[in-house]
Amino acid sequence: MVISGIGIVDTKYFTFAQPPNELYLEGGQKLGPITLAYETYGELNKDKSNAILICHALSGDAHAAGLHKGDSHPGWWDSIIGPGKAFDTAKYFVVCSNILGGCKGSTGPSSADPKTTKPYALDFPVITVSDMIHAQRRLIGHLGIEHLLCVAGGSVGGMQVLQWVASYPELVRSAMPIATTAKHSPQQIAFDEVGRQAIMADPDWREGDYYGFLQPKKGLALARMIGHITYMSDKSMEEKFSRKLKEKDYSFKFNTDFEVEGYLRHRGEDFVKRFDANSYLYITKAMDYFDLSGDRLIPKGKTIKTRFLVIAFKSDWLYPLYQSQEIVRQLKIRRADATYCEINSTYGHDAFLLEVEEETHLIKHFLDKTFQGYRVRFFHGI
Amino acid sequence: MVFNTLRLDYKMIYNIIESGSSVLDLGCGSGDLLYFLAKEKNALVQGIELSEAAIYKCVEQGLSVFHSDIDSGLIEYPGRSFDYVILNQSMQEVKKVDFVIKEALRVGKKVIVGFPNFAYWPARFRLFFSGKAPVTVSLPYRWYDTPNIHFLSISDFTDFCAEKKIKILTTYYLGKKCLVKFLPNFFAVNVIFVISQ
Repeated sequence: MVISGIGIVDTKYFTFAQPPNELYLEGGQKLGPITLAYETYGELNKDKSNAILICHALSGDAHAAGLHKGDSHPGWWDSIIGPGKAFDTAKYFVVCSNILGGCKGSTGPSSADPKTTKPYALDFPVITVSDMIHAQRRLIGHLGIEHLLCVAGGSVGGMQVLQWVASYPELVRSAMPIATTAKHSPQQIAFDEVGRQAIMADPDWREGDYYGFLQPKKGLALARMIGHITYMSDKSMEEKFSRKLKEKDYSFKFNTDFEVEGYLRHRGEDFVKRFDANSYLYITKAMDYFDLSGDRLIPKGKTIKTRFLVIAFKSDWLYPLYQSQEIVRQLKIRRADATYCEINSTYGHDAFLLEVEEETHLIKHFLDKTFQGYRVRFFHGI
Repeated sequence: MVFNTLRLDYKMIYNIIESGSSVLDLGCGSGDLLYFLAKEKNALVQGIELSEAAIYKCVEQGLSVFHSDIDSGLIEYPGRSFDYVILNQSMQEVKKVDFVIKEALRVGKKVIVGFPNFAYWPARFRLFFSGKAPVTVSLPYRWYDTPNIHFLSISDFTDFCAEKKIKILTTYYLGKKCLVKFLPNFFAVNVIFVISQ
């Protein structure tokens, strides 16, 4: 059991966008009411200048840190959120919410459609990363936060960070897009599509209408297995599994001979218990639609007061260095105040959850300086 | 970090740069120079550095720095974006010196170039009398572990500027502890040129 510095935490819920004041979505549809599950750690200070929003990745949730009562595993980023950690909850007020379209307490395809009282399933509108951000914006307002000291996240969380900057630049004092991209590449879309096809090819998926029946277990597990391969690196797999066998010898059957096979199967089966297959479809679709490349991040002729800390990992082949470099290139063109670091890690894309020491060093000092009143000044001649 | 403990070349560059200037340091190392320029001279500073360990130091000092080599150029920056571009003790390590200097001169109104003088007398003596590659205070590496890929003297750089029609605005010849006035290409350990297009 990992001892968490924060202790016991609760997930809270915020419901808004009650009809007729639904949230207008990028796809043209309306959605409401919307519930967001969220957790907070630390205290909001008097002048409300210490709020940090953490954005989670594809399979994450609002439970970023601390322990749920009776649970032995802390939140997914507990290693860097807590008293004295990178996101120091003794100083900062940290908020994390489950994304719109998710299945961990926020409104998504598995939530009840108020019109039919049955789960939305495929009647849930296709959402985008920008829709997720607009929903988070409402939560932030509800919590009495006027400005965010920082918005941080890795992978899809990093896309949300960039979307915050694009949608609400004046609200974000600093942004940390980690192991992410300004747009999904064809390779990334391809991996997502294979995952979706795995789910949709499972007869148990029933055109998305499987609630009250079984989850499309095989399809979702397969999608997760494919995902896990892309989160690791050739080297990290070699270090973790090599060609180690589960039994003494080959079975000469299609059993799980190798440890890597057992690991992937286990990860797949485990995922099915905690994740909704339709949410997987909707979130990966939102990722694929994501494109803040070129002028979309910061419009031409605009300056931005937000400070950036962009972090990438050398062995990440799912979100390769060039994609972070492209974000940095756009920031340079707009003369934004930015720092970029490529951490030398062998963990692949997973590194953003694992390279705790390096990330802590960068994040802690960067936040400290920003919080102490680092003022972004503009280079002239933009 | 105390100003007095700064390296002599840093102090010289610090003195050259006017308060409130915008500065891009190509190969800024741990950022000690940029830190003082930002803190004491209210300069608007940005660094580019290749070493990951040095990036951490820069972030500790509150500096904004990009993890990158400098050979790939400064294409994102429009012309005359900075009052000063610094290329101190890094020029001798880049592959395409010609290109990097051209880029620096494009984006900076003035460029400060600092490098170890290969024609410093102990280097000449070592080569002449012992027949071995020079190892000096400013060129401390041995032939097999040096990051330097270009070896040049003050005269070499002066010729280069003349050939490329680069204006030399000022030159500072540095000894071990103070400036050198007499026969700089023989007595200077390091040199700092301020150049412009």
